[in-house]
Amino acid sequence: MSNAATFDTRTDGAIPVESSLAYSYHRSGTPRVGPQSRVILRERALLGHLILRGGAIVLDEAVREVLGLGLPGQPQGLVVDASGERSVQWLSPDEWLVIVPGGEEFELETRLRERLADAHYAISDVSGGQTLLELSGEAARELLMKSAIYDVHPSHFPVGKGVTTVFAKATAIIRRPSEERWELVIRRSFADYLYRWLLDAGAEYAIGVEK
Amino acid sequence: MSQSKKQANRLAKGGRIDRSRTLSFTFNGQSYQGHPGDTLASALLANGVDIVNRSFKYSRPRGIVAAGAEEPNAIVQLGSTEAGQVPNVRATQQALFAGLTARSTNGWPNVQRDMMGLVGKVGGKFMPPGFYYKTFMAPASMWMTYEKYIRKSAGLGRSPMEVDPDTYDHLHQHCDVLVVGGGAAGLAAALAAARSGARVIVADEQEDMGGSLLDSRETLDGKPADQWVAQVLEELAGCENVTLLPRTTANGYHDHNFVTLHERRTEHLSETAPLVNGHRPVRSRMHRVRAGQVILATGAHERPLVYAGNDVPGNLLAGAVSTYIRRYGVAPGNKLVLSTSNDYGYRAALDWKEAGREVVAIVDARQAPAGDWVEAARAQGIKVITGSAVIEAKGGSRVSAARVAKIDIDTFKVIGQAETLACDTIASSGGYSPVIHLASHTGARPTWRDDLLGFVPNLVKGVQACGGANGTYDLGEVLAEGVEAGVKAAAATGHAAPAVSLPQAKTLEQGPAAPLFQVPHEKPTLRAPKQFVDLQNDVTAAGIELATREGFESIEHVKRYTAMGFGTDQGKLGNINGMAIAARCLGRSIPEVGTTVFRPNYTPVTFGAIVGRHCRDLFDPERYTALHQWHVEHGAEFEDVGQWKRPWYFPQTINGKKETMHEAVARECLAVREKIGILDASTLGKIDIQGPDAREFLNRIYTNKWMKLDVGRVRYGLMCKDDGMLMDDGTTSCLGENHFLMTTTTGGAAGVLEWLELWHQTEWPELQVYFTSVTDHWATMTITGPEARKLLAEITDIDLDRDTFKFMDWRAGKVAGVPARVFRISFTGELAYEINVQANYAMHVWKTLFEHGDKYGLTPYGTETMHVLRAEKGFIIAGQDSDGSVTPEDLGMQWAVGYDKPFSWVGKRALSRSDTRRTDRKQLVGLKPKDPKVVLEEGAQIVFDPKHAIPMPMAGHVTSSYYSPTLDSGFALGVVKGGHNKLGETVYLPMADGQTHEAEIVSPIFYDPKGERQNV
Amino acid sequence: MFYIHCPYCGEHREEEEFHPKGQAHIERPKDPEACSDEEWGDYLFFRDNPRGVHHELWVHAVGCRKFFNVTRHTVTYEILETYKMGEQPRITAESLASQQTQGNVQVASGGQQTVGATNAAAPSVKGEQV
Repeated sequence: MSNAATFDTRTDGAIPVESSLAYSYHRSGTPRVGPQSRVILRERALLGHLILRGGAIVLDEAVREVLGLGLPGQPQGLVVDASGERSVQWLSPDEWLVIVPGGEEFELETRLRERLADAHYAISDVSGGQTLLELSGEAARELLMKSAIYDVHPSHFPVGKGVTTVFAKATAIIRRPSEERWELVIRRSFADYLYRWLLDAGAEYAIGVEK
Repeated sequence: MSQSKKQANRLAKGGRIDRSRTLSFTFNGQSYQGHPGDTLASALLANGVDIVNRSFKYSRPRGIVAAGAEEPNAIVQLGSTEAGQVPNVRATQQALFAGLTARSTNGWPNVQRDMMGLVGKVGGKFMPPGFYYKTFMAPASMWMTYEKYIRKSAGLGRSPMEVDPDTYDHLHQHCDVLVVGGGAAGLAAALAAARSGARVIVADEQEDMGGSLLDSRETLDGKPADQWVAQVLEELAGCENVTLLPRTTANGYHDHNFVTLHERRTEHLSETAPLVNGHRPVRSRMHRVRAGQVILATGAHERPLVYAGNDVPGNLLAGAVSTYIRRYGVAPGNKLVLSTSNDYGYRAALDWKEAGREVVAIVDARQAPAGDWVEAARAQGIKVITGSAVIEAKGGSRVSAARVAKIDIDTFKVIGQAETLACDTIASSGGYSPVIHLASHTGARPTWRDDLLGFVPNLVKGVQACGGANGTYDLGEVLAEGVEAGVKAAAATGHAAPAVSLPQAKTLEQGPAAPLFQVPHEKPTLRAPKQFVDLQNDVTAAGIELATREGFESIEHVKRYTAMGFGTDQGKLGNINGMAIAARCLGRSIPEVGTTVFRPNYTPVTFGAIVGRHCRDLFDPERYTALHQWHVEHGAEFEDVGQWKRPWYFPQTINGKKETMHEAVARECLAVREKIGILDASTLGKIDIQGPDAREFLNRIYTNKWMKLDVGRVRYGLMCKDDGMLMDDGTTSCLGENHFLMTTTTGGAAGVLEWLELWHQTEWPELQVYFTSVTDHWATMTITGPEARKLLAEITDIDLDRDTFKFMDWRAGKVAGVPARVFRISFTGELAYEINVQANYAMHVWKTLFEHGDKYGLTPYGTETMHVLRAEKGFIIAGQDSDGSVTPEDLGMQWAVGYDKPFSWVGKRALSRSDTRRTDRKQLVGLKPKDPKVVLEEGAQIVFDPKHAIPMPMAGHVTSSYYSPTLDSGFALGVVKGGHNKLGETVYLPMADGQTHEAEIVSPIFYDPKGERQNV
Repeated sequence: MFYIHCPYCGEHREEEEFHPKGQAHIERPKDPEACSDEEWGDYLFFRDNPRGVHHELWVHAVGCRKFFNVTRHTVTYEILETYKMGEQPRITAESLASQQTQGNVQVASGGQQTVGATNAAAPSVKGEQV
């Protein structure tokens, strides 16, 4: 174990918990998904989000062993496990975002730290600070074009890619885990602004929110 | 409103209009009719409306001149309602729809009878260029008054005063090949690029793509050219890799092939976008295109001839006459005189004749014009007068005659007697000018070509021009050039284009043109009736000549003196003629004089499209903490701190009356000092720092020492730039031997993280340390006041014993059942605990604190109370009490500076420069107003001698100032020159209202100077 | 609106994702205390402002958060190359001038990220736009 403090944020089941969008659902509502909905928005709330920092080779071995998933080999790479529940995304040459089902993050961090021992690396839990949104539907890509400056054309943004970029006047991570789905990873404090943005920009596609 | 009139000028057949349907519209209060396919301009001409506007400066009546973006006169205000007002629309670019309502932009009270007409007539002699400046600038103070009246009558269009019901947006586009212009060249280029598989966008500003092919006399493969257009458009529309954008103007060409396209999506349908499925679609959209390659196929604009009276309604461009006849089925008059210097102009006479109207004569400036076009005209029995030009148009509100004379272009003289030909329309053609505006936006200066009598664009990398934009006018060559450009562009983006077989173009052979940029008059230019060069800005040939005589030799100066090519016109019609006239007057060649710079936007763009969706609630991001909903529900007033919305204060309703801010803040302050308050401090920046060199890094980036901070301890630190000036401050906690949690100011979070990365990545990459933002991960709640320990003890398993959990310690445990880190730090001077929990649990913890806190008088407080409390303690706010010119020593914070640290930390060296050692630097002090009722103004200047003559030497200013309910007095922090040595002295604050406040320089710590309360 | 090749992300990204940070290759004196006031002032405050080739420090702020260098032409705004921290530019005012006289490089007349160098020593120029 390195000389870093870990912190288990898990609580007893009875404690109420709120996703980044709790206030937004209350304030702006959740437009229903209808037959005319050409974009569907769904939050995958309360997942475990870890930031890994360190050298690619060292981390790759450890992540492979602990998570059964290697680091993406290329910049902007995104790898997802067979269940679709766990993913690793390249953020910078020495930084990756790992997303796992909520509650797994502490054990993952602990095991990675055991495995990495004295290597120089860092792991930060950011689960409370961001949330993941899914966009699907035929107009999802056009909605992204309205919002983000990054080129989301399939020839430039194939499945297995993820980028951090400017989204509306905030920032977001845009990911493409599968042919049909896009994902946004957004910061908690910007979540309401981005939710309102997506509803506004998606209105012409009769955007619906699945809860 | 008077009754509708017949469309007197509408031809019985021809044109791309739908005669089966009739659309009613209103212009200047009068009702008219037109057809689908019309523009507002073609419909006005069909109805015989001669005067569409008054001119900008001289208020002369003006009619429609052109058929496209280059129209200088028919600039109208649209809108039947206040909210629907749209200024600066060219009637030639506005599709007609049922119910369209338009007014002239200029002309007050109306175009027929104009107040300024009088001035205009007088001014005919007395308004030289620079008239307004020369006349109204003195005295300078009165300019604002004159300007108001001049603007009212000149009229530049006006914005709506009510909320726009429409919505607008942006679309971020990326493509391999962007083709600007959907005429012959653009379509050929698009076809080639599309077939290569490249991602192609074609933008065309008109209602229909096809450009000049839509009204061409030429055939392709023996068929009318518009059939080829339809066939190409069908193929392109079927390509998945092609986006066709009609009604879309490329209005700006920016760095690195970034082009903004303004798409008008519903402007052709109705005033406000019609509902679709109950939703109002966007009215217009800005496409922000990043293109691999750009093909400029923007065509060419015809140059009018410059002759006396060339602005009287009924003077049109020759090409526009053809367009109105062939595309819209409108003949804008009955008796035509055509004045031309080239073969292109002949088309108008042939079309006019075919429309069954009378061609009085073709007046050709060339001595012996010959060739297909001239023969064709003669074969139709049209009289051709050679070596001559229309030297003057006669008429007031409509052309009544043309004065025609022999001219000598070389000596710029009229030869012999002029004859007068009765007519109602004069069409003129001085040749074509390539549309080089977009190419000029890149900063590349165009090149003059003598053979073309025009400028062609000079191109930066990644862009090509083809067809008219490149000075190529022969249809067969235009198509070939388009294909070549398309193939090249595709190849440059890695796409091989298959061969494109082009249709055979049947065109008439062109003869050479004459270089005629201004037609001579019997009188010298300065005495002749006005010869307009720039109709939109009322610039005359005489004005340009005068400018050159007054010493303006650079074309850029001539432009500014005369206003030629200003504003929305951007020199579309008049620039080449104007430059040529300036060149003649200066005795230079046109390339020597050069051209002015065209700037974005090519044509006006509505603000809505520029703003897009970034307006109203979405104008700027609002960042919320995890507790925002609670604050809203408890009536918080919010303050903007960066993009965060922070509770400012929580006004309560007491005895049915809502507290003022002053009352609420006083109540909140006393609650903290006497009982307990709670603050949402989640917005503080938080950076997770890990690595074996974390400590060393902190030691270098902070001014104070970090090597001996134990796990479980917290330290306050100052961060300076390398110039020694304070940049940010905050506490950093040691979580593990190699693990720290840094906090920053709310506004400084992103900047500090970037700052740490800057030093790590550029100067000290050998240090093993990583930084990760965890600002949003943690919610932070500060409970503070004498009762804080009692409250926290009720809901935590952490031992709060004052001797084991001391001031500046942190402990982990559970609060309200939630894992938490609790930091015993204080920004109020009272006993305080900062509770950090993962943000998803914050609301539960916050509410639990209130469930237990009621009995202790737990009071939520906002940033205003926080400010009062911290200022009472002399705690600074970086960025408020400091401003980038303040050192830690200026703040009296030497205690937080480790002068003897081994590494020369960031900012240290600068603290021994002579400037930072000055004893008269502005230093932070407390200011106690002599009158306790006075709350000094933040930002107020401080002087030592209020009797000093103005300007008084400034000695400093107030940085923070509040009323303290605890002290029952106003108090302030401020910076004063040499203030640290002036305790007890009096300073003065002269205010704008004439009062002068007095204050005593005191210690900045107003409350609990020994700091006992936070240590209890 | 620049289109900037991030040498860490390996692709061109929009200018909005970046922050400019001034002149590149300004190294902090190794021993600040040994500097005269004048030397320290030069380091702190004085920067070049060339007409032509300029080396700048940028950060991919909304992206990989890495700092890198940009060789930019201050008249045409062409970005001639981008390169990582710790690397030296391949293109400088001097190199361009000498290559121009040798006639083996296509010098752009203005505009985009450019350079068609066929110099074998510099087979591909980083940051070049296709």
